[in-house]
Amino acid sequence: MSSSNPLRDPADRRLPRIAGPSGLVIFGVTGDLSRKKLMPAVYDLANRGLLPPGFSLVGFARRDWEHEDFAQVVHDAVKEHSRTPFREEVWQQLSQGMRFVQGTFDDDEAFERLRGTIDELDKAQGTGGNFAFYLSVPPKSFPVVIQQLKKHQLADQSSGSWRRAVIEKPFGHDLKSAEELNAIVHEVFAPDQVFRIDHYLGKETVQNILALRFANTMFEPIWNRSYVDHIQITMAEDIGIGGRAGYYDGIGAARDVIQNHLLQLLALTAMEEPASFDADALAAEKTKVLGAVRLPKDLGRDTVHAQYAAGWQGGAKAVGYLEEDGIDPKSKTDTYAAIKVGIDNRRWAGVPFYLRTGKRLGRRVTEIAVVFQRAPHSPFDSTATEELGSNAIVVRVQPDEGVTVRFGSKVPGTSMEIRDVSMDFAYGESFTESSPEAYERLILDVLLGDANLFPRTEEVELSWKILDPIEQYWDEHGTPAKYPAGTWGPVEADHMLERDGRSWRRP
Amino acid sequence: MKTDLTDTTASKINKALVLGRRAIGTPAVGMVLTLVIVTDEENAYDALKTASDAAHEHPSRTLVVIKRVSRSPRDRTKSRLDAEVRLGADAGTGETIVLRLYGDVVDHAQSVVLPLLLPDAPVVVWWPVNAPLDPAGDPLGALAQRRVTDTYACEEPVRELAARADAYTPGDTDLSWTRITPWRSMLAAALDQVDCKVQAVEVEGEEYNPSCELLAMWLADRLDVPVKRTASNGPGLTAVRMDTDCGPVVLDRADGSLANLSIQGQPARGVALKRRETAELIAEELRRLDPDDTYASALRYGVDRLNAPDASDKGGADGGAVAVPAPVETAAKAPAKDAAQEKTPVKKAAAK
Repeated sequence: MSSSNPLRDPADRRLPRIAGPSGLVIFGVTGDLSRKKLMPAVYDLANRGLLPPGFSLVGFARRDWEHEDFAQVVHDAVKEHSRTPFREEVWQQLSQGMRFVQGTFDDDEAFERLRGTIDELDKAQGTGGNFAFYLSVPPKSFPVVIQQLKKHQLADQSSGSWRRAVIEKPFGHDLKSAEELNAIVHEVFAPDQVFRIDHYLGKETVQNILALRFANTMFEPIWNRSYVDHIQITMAEDIGIGGRAGYYDGIGAARDVIQNHLLQLLALTAMEEPASFDADALAAEKTKVLGAVRLPKDLGRDTVHAQYAAGWQGGAKAVGYLEEDGIDPKSKTDTYAAIKVGIDNRRWAGVPFYLRTGKRLGRRVTEIAVVFQRAPHSPFDSTATEELGSNAIVVRVQPDEGVTVRFGSKVPGTSMEIRDVSMDFAYGESFTESSPEAYERLILDVLLGDANLFPRTEEVELSWKILDPIEQYWDEHGTPAKYPAGTWGPVEADHMLERDGRSWRRP
Repeated sequence: MKTDLTDTTASKINKALVLGRRAIGTPAVGMVLTLVIVTDEENAYDALKTASDAAHEHPSRTLVVIKRVSRSPRDRTKSRLDAEVRLGADAGTGETIVLRLYGDVVDHAQSVVLPLLLPDAPVVVWWPVNAPLDPAGDPLGALAQRRVTDTYACEEPVRELAARADAYTPGDTDLSWTRITPWRSMLAAALDQVDCKVQAVEVEGEEYNPSCELLAMWLADRLDVPVKRTASNGPGLTAVRMDTDCGPVVLDRADGSLANLSIQGQPARGVALKRRETAELIAEELRRLDPDDTYASALRYGVDRLNAPDASDKGGADGGAVAVPAPVETAAKAPAKDAAQEKTPVKKAAAK
């Protein structure tokens, strides 16, 4: 459409990408994610002028609300959680297009009302039949909602309009269930209509991995087995499972985090340069590298799963996983997982990738550390370099987004002594625009139909192929190790790296 | 932390910067550009405040060059440079150096500024008032990649726009142009929603507001149709009416904050279109430092090619007073647009 618009010009870079006429329907609108992330993100987009005039937001939930009650809930959520300041005129623009549909997921009448609401919005707000359905619902409700959308012709795209489905993790709990889920979704929505949200991919720092690697000359030449010793990817949380016992028990850290976030980070870190920055080229490279991931021969030696035990976390007493409310005291679910994988290709053969994630660890941090080999020869004697570690490039995904480069430098003084120093780039310091929230970017991309940052079916299935044998091994062998809450994981994980002559970074 | 230096030189200022940084324990990291503000004493406070607000988005070294007036021949022969170095909490996210120039040195401000520029980082010069007619030819402007002027703040904006067009050098930009980005983006979005050919345009706004002229010239340049500029009581821009072959498209903002977009055959919608603070404009300006070709092209269209503002149009402009289309001119269309026309029936069906 924009190609024929004489006011659009690629050289005119002040004009932002504005989504075309459209609306967003949120199922499970009363949930936490919806209030804390989705509603504020929609407001922030509107505030930045990135939503089309007449943009509509439809909530669908069981709660007995009128449109005004819904608008009030959104209003409160926006005031509390939005990133940009609250402005009355933006709110007025947004609130004109807010609707609420009351009903349960198996209620045919409610879906008929939803269809009526969409038709009404097309007339009143000019949304042009373009709607995205955001399924912020528990996994078990998935099939029902998808089927209802089909039954009431809500998924039909007619005469130039589009319908899209946005789904959140978990994308199944193993390969088989993921395939079943994909079959259910794709029976109703074509692959290019489905957007799987992995909010990590919406983060500026994650997109910056690609910029860092492929827009610069100084990193890529050493980004291979000749220089890299190993890579550590960490995602640590300081919180416990909180109120999510029902969801978490039986799933565990590996399925919850490694399967999606960490393997996506691994793919971006290890993939070859894509032919272009479009969705197909990116997916092709990511799929290729995920397909080349090789598991260690001895899973007992090179993987660790563990549960947090009672301990002190940042000055507060924390109970152990098995004592949490709603958890079976005999549960074998992992709250910490560390695995070692290799990548079978010319660039990475022999370079181990260590992935770890856990709850109730030291602090909340996500980072990718590329640790380099030691210099092959040192003209300095060993006392001079005693305190020198390995060079490293660390991408800090969150918090305190940025990149750190660690290298050795001479300590001022008469003797030759070399010590690690770090050079730091922080987003907050050098960047011009405060970084948008991941959900803002992803929701906008859904409305624009830009699928760059969304994992595809093949990627999800490949990730399960990597994780399934590990989960199976854990099921059959031994019980989870223990680590006190508030520490950096079990000693078994430290031993796992020690056997390779390496150690975990303290992030 | 604040250091006052009286009767000083650039190298002493540099030394004070290094000392200051050591004292507060923060190295010079993360600053992305040097912003040079050239102003008189009267406007210095507002400009500096704006810059430090904008610096939340763009950590920068801000150099405020204040040219003092000498009132006697004796004063003019003496020259003096006073500096105020602000670091840490006093300077927001970057470093600020206020330079006061007396006497002869006023004409050689570039000699003070040059040693104080950040190494290897872009330089932006901003004149809140009294911008030179040829910014790129100005000794300070010549140091910069980007030269920001503001025709809104001058006596005869329209004449100044013509002068800017003559002197345009890549890297020039004007805050009057920055002010209309939300309008331009909303108008572009409006045309995304219909597939019609625009035949005539009317831009309505207060007098002595060069943003109206710039918006009109941009529309004329992009759409290749006659554009009429009419006057209203403001505030700022009040309306743009586009007469298309499928009915009028009107963006109307009476109160300076909430606008109304009406398109033939579609429901009228409210859109937020608030007039922005200068700090937001500067922040937008600093976001992209490459030459703005769209601005150049709009500016060069020429103010004289727009209809002269017609005072009699005032007041009764709100109704259906769409600019009189000139059918002869619209007949000549680029071939690319004809190709796009073939899709029209499908798109129209979708819009309903």
